[in-house]
Amino acid sequence: MRLDPYQIRKDFPMYVNHESKFAGKGLVYLDNSATTFKPFSVIEASDHYYMDITANTRRGDYSLANAADQAFDEARRVVAKFINAKTPEEVIFTSGDTQGLNEVAYGMIPLLHKGDEIILSQSEHASNVLPWFEVAKLTGAEIKYVMLDEKGKVTPEGLRKVISDKTKVVSLASVSNVMGYVIDVKELVKIAHEYHAIYIDDAAQSIAHMKTDVQDSDVDIMVFSGHKMLGPTGIGVLYGKMEVLEKLHPLLYGGEMNARFNSDGYLSLDDVPYRFEAGTQNVAGVLGLAAACQYLENIGFDAISSHERELRKLAIEGLKRNGNAIIYNEDADTGIITFNIKNVFPQDVATYLSHKGVFVRSGTHCAKILPEFLHVDGTVRASLYLYNTKEDIMAFVKACATAEDYLDAFFD
Amino acid sequence: MPFSIDNQEMMRQIIVDNYQNPRNFEEIDDPRYITIHMDSASCIDDIYVHVLLENDLIKDCKWHGKGCAISTASTSIMSELVLGKTIAEARAIMDEFNKMLEGKDFDEDVLDEAICFANVNRQPSRITCANISWRGLQKAFIEEEKKEHE
Repeated sequence: MRLDPYQIRKDFPMYVNHESKFAGKGLVYLDNSATTFKPFSVIEASDHYYMDITANTRRGDYSLANAADQAFDEARRVVAKFINAKTPEEVIFTSGDTQGLNEVAYGMIPLLHKGDEIILSQSEHASNVLPWFEVAKLTGAEIKYVMLDEKGKVTPEGLRKVISDKTKVVSLASVSNVMGYVIDVKELVKIAHEYHAIYIDDAAQSIAHMKTDVQDSDVDIMVFSGHKMLGPTGIGVLYGKMEVLEKLHPLLYGGEMNARFNSDGYLSLDDVPYRFEAGTQNVAGVLGLAAACQYLENIGFDAISSHERELRKLAIEGLKRNGNAIIYNEDADTGIITFNIKNVFPQDVATYLSHKGVFVRSGTHCAKILPEFLHVDGTVRASLYLYNTKEDIMAFVKACATAEDYLDAFFD
Repeated sequence: MPFSIDNQEMMRQIIVDNYQNPRNFEEIDDPRYITIHMDSASCIDDIYVHVLLENDLIKDCKWHGKGCAISTASTSIMSELVLGKTIAEARAIMDEFNKMLEGKDFDEDVLDEAICFANVNRQPSRITCANISWRGLQKAFIEEEKKEHE
């Protein structure tokens, strides 16, 4: 069940090529919550479309177009299996998590009325907050927040405190991109359904790190991005239960999403999922995403999460040993470590670590309501993945130990 | 005392000193001042620059807010540097400062303490920290010009 990150690195051109391109410079990449490296198999799958089977999908009556159609349909089946959707038609391709959430939020405008409530949490990413702000303004619906528990986690008890008969939508990240806790999606969905609210799972951070089963969790809608799970940029998925998708209104109108339309304004929509896929699709991205699903399934999520937990433990121990760090999510169950170095501004820490060849993120990580809970302006975030090694963690811990010398980044 | 980019240790000390004891740090609530709010999506910097202009002369420059060491120190140094200068003189300083950040030849004498940011371009993502309040000052000048045209 253990995975070997040194072996895995051989699958990733970023590691294979790095030595020749940046000889002597380390590549300690710990910003996997932002985006991930891609294995050769993903890049090859995308290239296959450009090099061998380029044609527009769902339009052509020639054999080449048929090859593209088949590859596209097969990719949809692979993705559906990856999340255990009931049917491939419940998988809609988007440009990413952000587009997915916008499609859902704007698609619900006709279903939302003045006084309805939309429930989010204090730790949501901008992409799961701002579309709802806009939609609330347009519909007169109100936004409510699940308060986090003392550790910074979204809990079923927290949801119970805010949910009401007015609640129409509960939209929560299954793993916060800052706090890194895995929330009890199944229990939260049950509560939402007691109130007949639609439950939306923002799986941007969870999809790459744990087994996703939409039938087991019973979420109504789920969105994620390909690039955070070894897939290409510019591709993502909006999953929905068929009966929910059928109620949702398309956000984008154009080619291939309609059955027919007349000059008098008559429009009949194509079936789900096609009505949500207007215009020429990102076929290369779709094929790459399917290859990413297969790559992750081959390795297995048990192996991935135990590897991340092991490295996380090492990192936390190291930071504590250093004695100059404040850790905000010590007990989190994912590879996200959120911290500050005492008396050093987070961005100064990140630049210093970069100077030492260690790449982490600093700031509010797009979760701009969260500082109200953490009572800090910003944090440093290290986020781990399957190709990270113990050596990466040692380099990270060692660099953090001397982060008070942050101006070395400019004067060394 | 003259500063020189040859004295790296002194440059470093100037940054630390201005970060720990920022100059002209004061929230101003006076309609005679032009206030420019500078923040950004990707970083935490959240800085207000207050400028009092009188006939093209910078009579006062105060600022407040939050920022990293580089943005804080740079704002502090800028506020001292432009005080008592004309808008044209301040713009000339700004030009030299930007040249320095872009790694081009620049006039050290004009920049005085601000030369301590000569190395910022070693970390390109931090150039926007070093010039955040300078961009704010530029906006204030543009606002003043708009007022004059009204």
